[in-house]
Parts: sequence; structure tokens; C-alpha cells
Amino acid sequence: MWSSYLYVAQRLTAFVLAPLVLVHLALIVFAVQDGLSAAEILGRTRGSLGWGCFYGIFVVAAAIHAAIGMRSVAAEFLRWRGWGLEASATCFGLSLIVLGARAVAAVVL
Amino acid sequence: MNRADDTLAVEIWKGGTDGRLAAFEVPLRANQTVLDVVTWVQRHRDPALAYRFACRVGMCGSCAMTVNGKPRWTCRTHVAKVAVERHLTIEPLRNLPVIKDLACDMTVFFEKWQAARGRFEGRTTRHDEVVQLAPDTPARVAIDAGIECINCAVCYAACDVVAWKPDYLGPAALNRAWTLQNDTRDAGQEARLAAVAGDAGCHNCHSLQGCVAHCPKALNPTAAIAGLKRAVFRAALSGDL
Repeated sequence: MWSSYLYVAQRLTAFVLAPLVLVHLALIVFAVQDGLSAAEILGRTRGSLGWGCFYGIFVVAAAIHAAIGMRSVAAEFLRWRGWGLEASATCFGLSLIVLGARAVAAVVL
Repeated sequence: MNRADDTLAVEIWKGGTDGRLAAFEVPLRANQTVLDVVTWVQRHRDPALAYRFACRVGMCGSCAMTVNGKPRWTCRTHVAKVAVERHLTIEPLRNLPVIKDLACDMTVFFEKWQAARGRFEGRTTRHDEVVQLAPDTPARVAIDAGIECINCAVCYAACDVVAWKPDYLGPAALNRAWTLQNDTRDAGQEARLAAVAGDAGCHNCHSLQGCVAHCPKALNPTAAIAGLKRAVFRAALSGDL
């Protein structure tokens, strides 16, 4: 039953990620129009509550989505089961959240 | 290999899981099926060859084997359609323990049908009216799409997810569960949904559609499993799981 809830969480985060990824890709195309520089990126993001929320949500959704996906990959290709699998997937997701939050903080704060 | 134009080079699995292929030369006949070939080998070359069949007309689901690498029902598979340069390799089904030669142990396959609660659970007695199922309702149409399964385990052998995760219930059991979830006469739908939502359940399917590609009855277990996923998704969100 636990993995059914993980399935639901992965699908719900996919719903969240789909529009965010499209905006993110469009932003990449838009951002390089005038050359890609740290000053240009920080000028847009520093102190921006909107971009902070956008990428904050992005990081959380991506971390949950990817950790559940990696759990399935490990279970199927490494035949991994039990608490080791659950702990590793959880650590992987938390690592993504920490790394992502650090990156968001670096460009927003 | 030098051989006459009217013969077929056949390699057949002999032994258990650690067995090997044995080579036979079999007369080529018009309208010959793969099951005909196996039967000829047993009657004329290797009386100890173990294989399984019953009806010979595509109804019983007993004779499935791996033919040139693909799972097939051998009684309805013509040699002319599958032989490559008059050569056949015939092995037991994948994803099931081999008992001997071409005979697999189907126990786990049928246990998974039970684990998915793939059995009708009635709510009426012989004293009640016979319930009518209108043929044009969406539920009845969904049942019709999956009801012709003959339990041959071809889909189970074709499923890569079963190969990667052996406890996965597999396409046949989940297809059966989906037909019962749509049966308005069935009383076991809540328990069945919980059964297919377990860790070995429907959400393990990656929609690779090996089952669809190989099902001899042209069923679509992937679509049935997608239906179960939607039902599990709704139940999880509403707290009914």
C-alpha cells in the first residue's frame, strides 16, 4: 500500500512539474537572448519573492518525484528491497531538497 | 547446416533451469504448427520430452512456449510464419520456474491471480433475480475488452517488469481484476482494489506493452492496468484505500 501512495505522490508532483519545467525552459531561451551573465540572472532573481517561490516549489516537487523514481529503478535493476532501499531513497530526496534550496537561496537572497 | 529442403532445424530446451538446447531435424509439412513440431519430436525422436498441451485449438492456454525468443501459443502458431531460414528455437516460457524441458511450473502465475482477488464474489443467491448487464454500458464494454483471457501466461512471460521485479502481480492477474472491478454484480471490489494497490500491484507497470504485443487473444492488459491505476489514484486521494 505504501508504494501506491508513492505512486500518487509521484503523479501529483508530475502535475506540478509539467508547467514549471515549461516555464523554466522558456526562461532559459529568454535569458540567453542578451548573453548569459551572473549579473543578468541575479538582477532578475535577487529579492524576488515570485522567483523564490517558483524555484522553491520546483525543487521540492523535483526532489519528491526523482527520489520515488530512483527508488523504483533501484528496486528493479538492483533487486534492492527493505529498509535500506527506503532509507537510501529518502536520503536521496532530502539531498536534492538541501542542494536545491541552497541554489535557490543563492540567487534569491 | 546441410539439410534437405523438406526439413526444419529445431532446437528444443532440455532439462531444468540449468538445461541446454538439443538439436532435432523435423519434416516440414504444410500448415504445420509449432505444437505439431514438438509433438513430432516427442513421438519420433525423444519420448521423454516434457511439454504441455490440451485443446490444440487456442482455448485452453496450456501450450505457450518461447518460440524464436518470443512467447507464443504454439497450437495456433504456424511454423511458416515464425521459422527463420527453416530454423526454430523452442524454449519454456520466461519468468516461470522450469519443471522439465518445455513444461513450466504455473503455480506462481495462478497464485498471483488469487493474490489480485481475480475471482468473482457474488452478492446474490439462487433465489434472487438474475441481474441484467446491459451490453452497451461503459463498464460492460470494459469487461468485454478483457474477458477473453485464456490464462496462457504469454503476457506474464513477455512482461519485463515481472522479470525485474518477480513479486509483481503481472498483466494477466491485473487484467482479470480490472474486468471484475467493472462487474456490477461483484461484491469484492473494495478488497480487490486494496489487493492490486499493494507493493506488488498495478502501479509497478511501466506501460511497456510487451503484454499487448504478444497476447494471442489481442487483449490490452496495459489498458486494464491503467484503469486500475486510475481507480487506485482516486481511492488514495479520497482516503478509501
